[in-house]
Amino acid sequence: MSAALLSIEHLSAISEREGGASILRDVSLSVAPGEVHGLVGESGAGKSTVARAILGMLPRAVRVTSGAIILSGTELLTLEPKRRRSLLGAHVALIPQDPLSALNPSRRIEAQLTDGLRMWKGCSAAEARRRALALLDEVQMREPERVMRLYPHELSGGMRQRVLIAAAFALEPRLVIADEPTTALDVTVQKQILRLIRDMQLRHDTGALFVTHDLGVVAQICDRVTLLFGGRIMEQGPTADLLLRPQHPYTRALVAASPRYDRPEDGLAPVPEAVMARCRQEIAAFDRGLHG
Amino acid sequence: MAEILLEAANLDVGYATGWAKPATVVVKNVSLSIGRGEVVGIVGESGSGKTTLGRALLGLVRPLAGTIRFAGTDITRLDEAAMRPLRRRMQMVFQDPMASLNPRHMIARILTAPLRLHGLARTQREALALASQTLDQVGLPLAALQRYPHELSGGQRQRVGIARAVMLKPDFVLADEIVSGLDVSTQAQVLRLIGDLSRDMGLAMAFISHDLSVIRAVCDRVLVMRQGEITEEGACETVFAAPRSPYTRSLIDAIPLPVPDPHWLARLPEAVP
Repeated sequence: MSAALLSIEHLSAISEREGGASILRDVSLSVAPGEVHGLVGESGAGKSTVARAILGMLPRAVRVTSGAIILSGTELLTLEPKRRRSLLGAHVALIPQDPLSALNPSRRIEAQLTDGLRMWKGCSAAEARRRALALLDEVQMREPERVMRLYPHELSGGMRQRVLIAAAFALEPRLVIADEPTTALDVTVQKQILRLIRDMQLRHDTGALFVTHDLGVVAQICDRVTLLFGGRIMEQGPTADLLLRPQHPYTRALVAASPRYDRPEDGLAPVPEAVMARCRQEIAAFDRGLHG
Repeated sequence: MAEILLEAANLDVGYATGWAKPATVVVKNVSLSIGRGEVVGIVGESGSGKTTLGRALLGLVRPLAGTIRFAGTDITRLDEAAMRPLRRRMQMVFQDPMASLNPRHMIARILTAPLRLHGLARTQREALALASQTLDQVGLPLAALQRYPHELSGGQRQRVGIARAVMLKPDFVLADEIVSGLDVSTQAQVLRLIGDLSRDMGLAMAFISHDLSVIRAVCDRVLVMRQGEITEEGACETVFAAPRSPYTRSLIDAIPLPVPDPHWLARLPEAVP
């Protein structure tokens, strides 16, 4: 296996607002170049907290208590903020869930795509414009010249997400963090966007951490998966193993709860209370080990 | 087929865009019927007109043309006063319970107010008893009565929305994207609940969703909408097994199943005319 691009080691965090309650419990995972790693869980599982920890965007009330986040050999958590910012800016990009709030409503697409190129790649205005056009073309945007002159509100949801994908890959990042990038989209648009992310990521050999709650999306785009519950890893492994031969009852229950249009009698099984109880027990056992 | 409860014929619905300008027609020449106790799915992508159609069925927007009949009465041109007795019998569950439950009212008040308004309970005590009974029916603890909406989880809030609709003993419930913001396990629970309620109470439902796999799970019949028109209609089983319209086919093929398929991403939809 190739050397990890991103490696998260034994990451734990607490929320000071909730009286020091743990929100990440000894989370370890790694992403190799060219690999898509799915980070899966239900709301409150801690998947966005992991993503934000990498980007140094944790809310003020959240404190990392132990662990390391290593990007291409450099530990991020102990790095001086200024150096961390420049490392992240140059090598990590985010594709957010809500493209409308991630784009500046009062600036044209051109400005938003060229800013990063000028700032991080030292492009001239003309060069940045040329590269922005090429990127819009690469994300299969029709009429890129016209789109460059538009404001975000003039684009559809799918087009906005294409702009953000173009922006994310503009700086040739080594790692892309995609935080539920298709949740708000129609299925046909979702498929186009997933294909686009996969194409771009393969073409540029970029590693990706793909945050989602949709096991269907996981099945089609992720190479490996980490399943979280209450900030604790319940199961981790290659996608096919996890979905077809799940070891943990929680994984099995989530697969059974996913809707199946092809086999309607098999989907939508509510997660049994016993399974939830077991997950909570595992967390409690971990916390006892921490304090005892 | 069961007795027809709700019937729309040649419905056009649109919105005015400005003075002396023609209205933008969002729903075009739609005809449909929903039988008593039947759950009909309305599926379509954003902008297909499914929500507007739903609102027209409940008389929340007035159609430009066509007729709507509910339980034998033509409700197309009824004024608000004439609609009121029918309102109890046609209820709605909204997509975002945080936006449709008053944040400053406790659940007890949210549930008892409609009961008293529609005369189903004469006293507050009676109303509370009915509300408690309904909470139990939708799987919420009684303690929820003393909570504000923000103190509940998303799934619990959606159960309150469902309770508020079904406790009035309606004949028809419109559910507009009610599970789209929920986690997989919560979604499964809410959909099970909807299935149970419609069966036990003989409820007819229009279930609007952009997600065909959700429709497949709860509906008897499905209408596929595209650009304001119905492009396909049929029993769920038939439509999913052999869709006639290439558009429906493309919608089904775009659903990612939780089973790895190395060719799924690369597979392009057939061109939809």
